[in-house]
Formats: sequence, C-alpha cells, structure tokens
Amino acid sequence: MTKVKGFAGLLMLIACFTTSPGFAAGGGTDHRSADIDRDNVNSLQRGAANFMNYCSGCHSAQYVRYKTIGNDLDLPDEMLVDNLMFNAEKTFETIQTSMPAEDAARWFGSAPPDLSLMARAKGADYIFTFLTTFYVSKDSPTGVDNLALSGTSMPHVLWELQGYQAASFEHHENDDGSVTTSFEGFEQLTAGKMDSEDYEAFVRDTVNFLAYIAEPVRSDRRKLGVWVLIFLLFFYIIANMLKKQIWKDVK
Amino acid sequence: MTEDDLDRNRRHFLTVATAVTGIAGAGLAAIPFISSLKPSARAQALGAPVEVPIGSLQPGEMVKVLWRGKLVYVLRRSEDMMSRLAEHSGDLRDPNSEVIEQQPEYAANATRSVRPEYLVVEGSCTHLGCAPLMDFDVRPAEDWDGGFFCPCHGSKFDLAGRVYKGVPAPTNLRVPPHRFVRDDLILIGQDTGAA
Amino acid sequence: MARIEAEVGKPKGGFMKWIDDRFPFTETMRYHATEYYASKNFNIWYVFGVLAMVVLVLQLVTGIFLTMNYKPSAAEAFASVEYIMRDVEWGWLIRYMHSTGASFFFIVVYLHMFRAMLYGSYKKPRELIWIIGMLIFFVLMAEAFAGYLLPWGQMSYWGAQVIISLFGAIPWVGDALVEIIRGDYSISDITLNRFFALHVIALPLALIGLVFVHIVALHEVGSNNPDGIEIKEQKGANGVPLDGVAFHPYHTSKDLVAIIVFLMIFCAVVFFAPEMGGLFLEHANFEPANLTATPEHIAPVWYFTPYYAILRAVPDKLWGFILFGLSVLLPLFLPWLDRARVKSIRYRGWIYKSALTGFVITFVALGWLGLQEATPTYVLAARVFAVIYFAFFILMPYYTTIDKTKPVPDRVVYHD
Repeated sequence: MTKVKGFAGLLMLIACFTTSPGFAAGGGTDHRSADIDRDNVNSLQRGAANFMNYCSGCHSAQYVRYKTIGNDLDLPDEMLVDNLMFNAEKTFETIQTSMPAEDAARWFGSAPPDLSLMARAKGADYIFTFLTTFYVSKDSPTGVDNLALSGTSMPHVLWELQGYQAASFEHHENDDGSVTTSFEGFEQLTAGKMDSEDYEAFVRDTVNFLAYIAEPVRSDRRKLGVWVLIFLLFFYIIANMLKKQIWKDVK
Repeated sequence: MTEDDLDRNRRHFLTVATAVTGIAGAGLAAIPFISSLKPSARAQALGAPVEVPIGSLQPGEMVKVLWRGKLVYVLRRSEDMMSRLAEHSGDLRDPNSEVIEQQPEYAANATRSVRPEYLVVEGSCTHLGCAPLMDFDVRPAEDWDGGFFCPCHGSKFDLAGRVYKGVPAPTNLRVPPHRFVRDDLILIGQDTGAA
Repeated sequence: MARIEAEVGKPKGGFMKWIDDRFPFTETMRYHATEYYASKNFNIWYVFGVLAMVVLVLQLVTGIFLTMNYKPSAAEAFASVEYIMRDVEWGWLIRYMHSTGASFFFIVVYLHMFRAMLYGSYKKPRELIWIIGMLIFFVLMAEAFAGYLLPWGQMSYWGAQVIISLFGAIPWVGDALVEIIRGDYSISDITLNRFFALHVIALPLALIGLVFVHIVALHEVGSNNPDGIEIKEQKGANGVPLDGVAFHPYHTSKDLVAIIVFLMIFCAVVFFAPEMGGLFLEHANFEPANLTATPEHIAPVWYFTPYYAILRAVPDKLWGFILFGLSVLLPLFLPWLDRARVKSIRYRGWIYKSALTGFVITFVALGWLGLQEATPTYVLAARVFAVIYFAFFILMPYYTTIDKTKPVPDRVVYHD
C-alpha cells in the first residue's frame, strides 16, 4: 500500500511540474498571465494570421515549416499559400523574414530575434506582458519603452491596434538612500482600433501561436503519452502476477 | 490435477504473457527509432520536385538536372532520333517497357515518354549506379543508333533509355515521375494531376 | 524451488553443447543468474542498480540515434537539435528520452548510493565495489557535463564557462589546464568538438568498462542485504545460502516489475513534462549560445547543484575549488571512515541514524540552494549546510565508534 501511495505522490509531483510555468521572474516585473488555451485551434489560427501580418515582416521563425502549421492547425495548402505565406512559395519552406539581418541590426540596434523558441525560452507570460506594456517614453529612440523589457529596441509595432499609453511610476526613497521605482498604472493617450479587451484577446492568440511553434509536437506528445502509460500499466499487472507466482514459495 | 500442476500451468501462462507483452512493447518502442532513419522533413523539402525549363532546348540537345541528389537527363529527341527508335527493337531486352518498376504508367511505351519528343530518365545505370555517357553519334558500321554508354561496365542503352541485350545492366533506365506544367516547363518528381 | 532451478540449469545437448564447448555460455548464465544467490529480503532500495543499467542502455541507444542527426559545430549545433526536435520523424521523442534519461540517471544513481549508506554496502568485503561505483559516478558527472555543452544553448555555453574556469583556480598550472581543456582561448567550436568526442565515445566506453567491473566484483563477493548479513555464512546441505534465492527467476521477475514502474514514471516525464519545469531542460537553453550576454540567472543542472552550492558558499576561488572537489571526492573514503561494527542501519544506534538523516536533509538543501540566486541569506545557509556536509564525513570515524549498535541476527529478517 505504501508503494502505491508513493507512486501516486510521484505522479502528482510530476503533474505539478507540468502545470507550473516555473519561469524565474526577471527584471523585477511580475508578468501578467497570458492565460492561453493551447488546445484551442481557432485561437491558434487567428494567432497564425496575426503573426504573419504583424511579426513576420521583421521576425523569422526559421525552424518552423508552413506545412507543419497547416497540418496541426487544420489549414489546407491553398489557405496557407493565399493567407499566410508572404515570403515563401512552397509549403515545406520555413518562416523566413524578408528583412536582411544586417540591415535590421543597423536600423534597430540589434537584429530582431528569431521567434521559433521564444515562448520556451522566455515563457508565454513574458511575451504577453511585453506586447501589452509598451508605453510612451521621450528618452527612447523609438519613442516607447516597455515594462517587461526595459530599453527594448523594438518599436510599438501594434500601436495602430492598441493606441499609445503612458505609464506612471512612483519613486520611493529607501532608508539606505537607494531609490525603488514602482509601476503605478497606464493612461491611454491615443485610442487604437481595438479596445483594451479586444487587444488583449489579439495578443493572447498571437502568444498562443508562439507557444505552439515553440513545440509543435506538444499535443501529439501528450496524446501518445496516455497510450504508453496504459500499455505499461497492463504490462505491470501481468509482470506483477508472474512475480507473485514465482515468489509464492519463498518463506 | 494437483495444486502443483495448477501452479505450473498458471506460471507457464504468466511467463508467456509477460514475454509476449514485453516483446510487443519492445517492438512498438522500436518503431520511433526505425522511423527516425527515414528522410526527414528537411530532406523531403530538399528533395522537392524540380522545374526544368525546356523552351530553349534544341532538337538533339540534352540537359542534366539533379532531383533528390539524383542525376536526371532531359533529352529533346530530333525527328531523326525518333525515327530510328523502332529499328533496333530486336536487340533490346525490354523494348516495350514491360518491367513496371522502371517507369510510371504513362511512360510505359516504346518511346518511354509522355511526349515522344522528350525523354526524361534517371542518369543512373541500372547495373551499379554509374552515370551513363551520351553517345548520340550514329555509327552504322558498329550497328549503333546512338544512345547511352556506361563507362563502368559497358552497359548500353538506346535513346529511349532501353537496355541492349548482352550487357550487365538488367533493366531499362528508370523514368522518374514527371509532368509537363506548360509546353516549355517540365516538373520532375511530381505527377499528380495531369500526366 | 528445486523444480524451477532444474528447468533452467539442466545440461543441454545439441546446439547449446556446441556453443558451450566454444564459449562458456551456460556456465556464465549459472554463475551470474540461475546460481547467483542474493538475499530474499531485498526491499525497494535494491532496485536502483538494475534501473541504472536500464538508463545506461536507454542513453546509449537514444544517444546513437541522436548522433546520426546532430552536428558538433558551433555554427550548426543548436539548429541541429531543433532539426531533431522538428524535422526528424520521432526525433523529439528520442531527444526527450535522452535529456530526461540524463536526469533520471542521476536520480537512480543517487538513490543507489544512498542504499549503500543505509545498509553499509561499502563496508568490508565490498570496499572495491564501492570504489568502482564512485569512479562510475565521477565518469558519469563528466559525461553529463560534456553532454550539456552539446545543444550549444545559453546555459550550455555559460555553464561550461563557469565550470571550466574553476580549474583555473589550481595554482601555477590552472590557466594552462583551462586552455588545454578548451583547446582555445575561450569556449569555442573546438571545445564543442572535443566535448562531443568525449561524450559519445571516450566516456561511454569508460562507463561501460567500469560497470562491467562493478558487477564482476559484486558477483564475486555477493550482494549485501537490508540486514547487512553475509548470507554465505549460513548455507544449507546443498551449498546454497539459506537466505538466498537465485537471481533468475526470483530477482529478475522482481526487477522486471521495478523496471516497468520506473518506465511509467520515466514516460510520464518524457510525455507530459520533458522540461520538468525548467529542471531537466533549462529555459535559457532554448536560446542559442550568445558570447556577448550571460543569462540573468545561471545555475548548473540540478544534479550538480549540491556541489555548486558549496563552491558558491566559499568566498575564495582556490578554496572554493578545493572544497568543491572534496565534496565530490569524500564519499570515496566511506569504507574507512565508517568504523561501526554493523553494516545495516537497522542495527545501528541513534547517532548514525541522526547523522544520516541530517546528511540527506543537507544534501537536498544544498541542491535547492544551488538552484537559487546567491542572495546573502542563501549563501549563509549554504555555508551552514556545507559545514554539516563535511562534518558528516570527517567526524564519521568518531561518531560511528561511540554509537551503540544492536546485535545482528544470524538470518535475514523481513520488514513490511
């Protein structure tokens, strides 16, 4: 009985690790929860369109093939070619950007990173926070700064949708003379095409898509895992009966 | 039956059941490992169909292209070449392309082609894979109507890639899947849709 | 029982005789399986040896298949791992099995070592088995370290940077040694290339050789048991130890069940939590190595963190290195540090029981601390635990001598 309990405990421990994102909060900002639904194909399809329209101009996803996206998100080849493939002709190609990396580095200070694995490296919450917390900053060459990544060289690409917002900060002087800055809130300066709810839904879909391309096999992996465990459970039952039979006469 | 016999039977059954389950599990576990040896998505992408423009190809001229790393010959046969194809049928091993593995159905004819003017064959001798050389000069003295000659072991093929008798190569040169996208463009490696 | 043994061990004619005249097959099977007697009261702690073998085989098989697609060059390594994860059919499964297998190797080996500490398996006459086992552990650490560089992610690069720099602390030869390890003035393509050679051929060969010797030595002396009794001292009329049962079919059938349970846990991780929340596959390693920026928070993989915490707790480079090295090496001397007259914890006094409990807590705590950022509080805690860690070994000759032990029975006892 204790063995069974121990085993159940181990499985629960593993379950904890599957659900908790486990990303160390960096930069002092608590990230907002992206709250993505990884199994929602519609959300992923919208996210794919968002990515191709707004991200792929500057960011590549060089490990991701259009064909894979088509298969996983139920998009037929014609739809891929007509609606998603701006920089490619064949569905087996990977997502490249039309912007040469050297030019990009010159224009922005650093080349826009490849996004294939961004969600696995930084976490969905980080990207969600990053895309929703651009604020107007006079000191920045792009005119904006960001709560998740202070001093980012990325301009506020989605300003048409979100509009511009200002952030207010409060500075507290500590006992030892150091100053802590805390974020107090946003104030909408100019309106975008979307209200904040629609905009967050838009970003959520996009982040969902980024999480998907970071590990396209995730859903297949989990489905297969169930069958593997069922098989092993069956094997366990038989092998355990054999073991008991063999050990029957050992006193 | 005594209790001992029952025990023995049960034990025998369980041993067999465990062994069978174990072997089945090992077999299933082997599938991913063996599958991983197949051409990967990248290999498939690199091995995608190849377009060959043939607008400027003159009668009697041939171009070589690579498809999936394999050499493919695209020959535009002249009237003269086509007219001689039937003359030496008796010297060939398989003049009517009856060995079905060597060409798609639409090329299983005497000219081994979709359009008689254009021959598309893999430049790989069916003996041991050397690349046959072009030898298009007609030499009546040697009874040679022009064709391909493999330098490695002397196999001979005619201008439809058909193998002559008495050489080491067993079969005709292989015709890869292909189709005419337009009159001046052949797609090698894909034949879905119109042949 | 007699019936069962007769089936397996009976003399054979025909093909088996032909083989046996040329190769000691039946004799080997008898010596190592059907007539190798191990105690009948083995408990769960005794499965981790065979599980370590299972993981070794898993790592070798998956490793061979990964090698078929991996490119050991700084320019291509990271992309080739993603190629395996995405473009190679089932490549993701093989890679996850290998990365998860690395962590499970250490889980299983740590538990296997702890078993030896519980039941005094390192004590006379099994000192050499323990020493070979420790050598296996050292090679395993090197193997894991070399393997971790191969994906060429941020953690691969900067983790290797930190650990290799450690050797620079050795007086006089340190800098030269570091250059020899790297083969360059910094970690580069050259380093990656040689780590690949070490990881896929040199160290696995050493590992297999040592494992073989480990088992040969074990089967010469015979397995210990939870009572720490030498079962060979109580033999029946037929010369078979009274408390022993044949390895095959008794322990094999038991081990098979253990292997299946292990595979269930292993597969649960592979299929449902291959990153294990960043413990088995660190998040920063999904970014390619960037020579111009260290990740914000750098920690080795979890199985090195107890020693890493000790390293970080010492405010001096040379002494940090020395204590780090000592913390890894000290268990090697356990057979001589432990002066108790009994082997098993069952017959030891409260002092050793408390010391071992404290050691386990310390080891886990150091492992946890090694994963955290080095804040002053944590460094202080790591220092306290480091002292306990060393005290456990250094004071052992003393406290095991004064510890009151209970009398050991002649025959094994079942506990359940």
